[in-house]
Amino acid sequence: MGEFQPRIVAFACNWCSYAGADLAGVSRMQYPPTTRVIRVMCSGRVTPGFILEAFRRGADGVLVTGCHPGDCHYVSGNENAVVTVDKTGRLLELLGLDDERLRLEWISAAEGARFARLMTEFTEQVRELGPSSLGHGGAAPEV
Amino acid sequence: MMAMPRVGVFVCHCGSNIAAHVDVEAVTDYARTLPGVVFVQRNLYTCSDAGLREIKEAIAGERLDRVVVAACTPRTHEPLFQGACREADLNPYLLEFVNIRDQCAWVHMKEPEAATRKAKDLVRMGVAKARLLEPLEEQQVPVEPTALVIGGGIIGMTAAQNLADRGFAVKLIEREPELGGMLLRLDTLYPTGEDARRVVQERIAALRRHERIEVSTSSAVSSVTGFVGSYEVTIEQVGHCVDPGAAETKGEPDQALDAPVGQSFTAGVIVVATGTQVLQPEGMYGYGRTGYGQRVITQLELEERFRTDALDVGRVVMIQCVGARSAERPYCSRICCTTAIKNALEIKEVCPGSEVYILYRDAETQGTRYEAYYTQAREAGIQFIRYQVERPPEVLAERVLVYDEMLGAMLSIPCDMVVLSTPLVAGEGAHELAQMLKVPVDEHGFFLEAHVKLRPLDFATDGIYVAGTARWPAHLEETLAQAYGAAARAATVLSKDQVQSSGVVALVDEYLCRGCGRCVEICEFGASALKEASWGMKVARVNAVMCKGCGACASVCPTGAMQARHFTVEQVTAMVRAALEPTVSSLAVESR
Repeated sequence: MGEFQPRIVAFACNWCSYAGADLAGVSRMQYPPTTRVIRVMCSGRVTPGFILEAFRRGADGVLVTGCHPGDCHYVSGNENAVVTVDKTGRLLELLGLDDERLRLEWISAAEGARFARLMTEFTEQVRELGPSSLGHGGAAPEV
Repeated sequence: MMAMPRVGVFVCHCGSNIAAHVDVEAVTDYARTLPGVVFVQRNLYTCSDAGLREIKEAIAGERLDRVVVAACTPRTHEPLFQGACREADLNPYLLEFVNIRDQCAWVHMKEPEAATRKAKDLVRMGVAKARLLEPLEEQQVPVEPTALVIGGGIIGMTAAQNLADRGFAVKLIEREPELGGMLLRLDTLYPTGEDARRVVQERIAALRRHERIEVSTSSAVSSVTGFVGSYEVTIEQVGHCVDPGAAETKGEPDQALDAPVGQSFTAGVIVVATGTQVLQPEGMYGYGRTGYGQRVITQLELEERFRTDALDVGRVVMIQCVGARSAERPYCSRICCTTAIKNALEIKEVCPGSEVYILYRDAETQGTRYEAYYTQAREAGIQFIRYQVERPPEVLAERVLVYDEMLGAMLSIPCDMVVLSTPLVAGEGAHELAQMLKVPVDEHGFFLEAHVKLRPLDFATDGIYVAGTARWPAHLEETLAQAYGAAARAATVLSKDQVQSSGVVALVDEYLCRGCGRCVEICEFGASALKEASWGMKVARVNAVMCKGCGACASVCPTGAMQARHFTVEQVTAMVRAALEPTVSSLAVESR
């Protein structure tokens, strides 16, 4: 076995961050294959429930990405994302998880390079933290 | 209990774009093992006529009620595949799109195994969501047959006139007190040598004759709300025209056209043609430095000198790429080489016996016309001297020093004028406008289209289009073509009585709602309101036309009454779970 390959879930808003991911692709920017992107219309759609579900199922990291402040397609959805990620981060601490496993980042449609860089950086960051204690060795219990 | 859906999965090779880095066959075989999947197909190009036909045939023949396409990006191709579903009488919202090109093949090119594993994961996530998709209804929205064109330069005026010629009403908004934009400041246009002002004046005259065009100068958009078909626009007075009454009585030609400012109106579409500005090279090559006076100027200032002065110069040095193709501004501004050649030829013409030196890094005069233009300049005796970016020219009081790469020697060129070619940079207020319209700009501040090849004049937001140098630096002939193109794109909406609003909206389960009103508070679009239900309680109701489908309301709903359709709790959670299911290899073994 090689080094620890983290499993990361990234929520990406349709208008900015998902488009940034597309641009990273079109520009053939290479980043680690550790992330699974879930498209939502707005980062404000992401709930603590979605994030906690990811951790409960063994995610080693969760990334929430949206439009830069002021650029939200829905005016203020990304401000809601700030609140959500902030309070969910505090919950993670209660659960004994490092809150650095959860990150909120702004990626515009023009920032393909930034998308690729953040995927690389966050992978490294989570790799440093090691596997999540809720990881169950990759097999989540059925509910 | 609902019957298990019948999911069809279509995996695209995208020629070799996907297939070169992802084992498409393995992904297809894997998809076959997923719960609910009854049909699997590989296509060389799923978006081709043949691919779309196969989807439609499978919907009919295999009685598919969910379609998963694993291909490129939904941002460009979702409407196409939704259309195929619709043609096969399947509700278009029963399609789920999986991006195995931009998120697998193209970004993990050196790790085909990992890319294939990730593609399988993404397909599993897509199928998991697809099983839970619900048919959605689109709303019919009436189209206001009026276009708002922002920017009264040559591009905005051309788009406005073209739309008016098609029979639509046009509101044309210009920040400056007069129409005309950048061309008013130019002398002649390459490669024809036409008088720039005459071209503009002709266009203005044509606009004036047009009864369907209403012009507002000294005005800017102050707010935009709404959606394709009915954008609510408010404009405000800006800049020089402080006293509207005085402006009216002055009787300037443009003022006669002016609509009252501060007005609000409805427009079905918006065309952004706000243009650009030229970089002022403060502090570079002595520009603006005391003692250098009018000797160091920009190409734009040279154009103004051509128009106003009797230019009398003996030797002129032009420096290219000033403030362009640098770390701070890495792009090529495209027009500067040709502009320099045009102006150099013009100097030779108006000042017989003069000499012009163009210090360049790369002479970019592409295409069928401009390369000949370059040859013409050489034949006219204009000297081209290539400098290295590491050894830029040095402007001294009465001469320019430059290291000639070809000769391998330092040259000292005495001259009485230095002209700096500076790039076009994003227009003033572009970012503000972008925020107002909720459209993106690129890292240089230029407006960013939905897709550079597939939707080059559209924004991702329906009903908003872009043309001209607001998008990026380009020659006039190119931007004019964009103006006609953007007008044509806008007309595709304006020519309809109605457009369909997205079915991706919020929906309330009134029995779960306890009327707390958090959804009403969080909605930026006034789409949610508390109404009295038949059993007397206040419950939230969503206006499906006003709702933009962001899902903020569903995120704050404490009872789960508010659903963000197409992104419901169940659907997103299913994707999260599928993303983190045990690795593909172990699952594949278990399922056999």
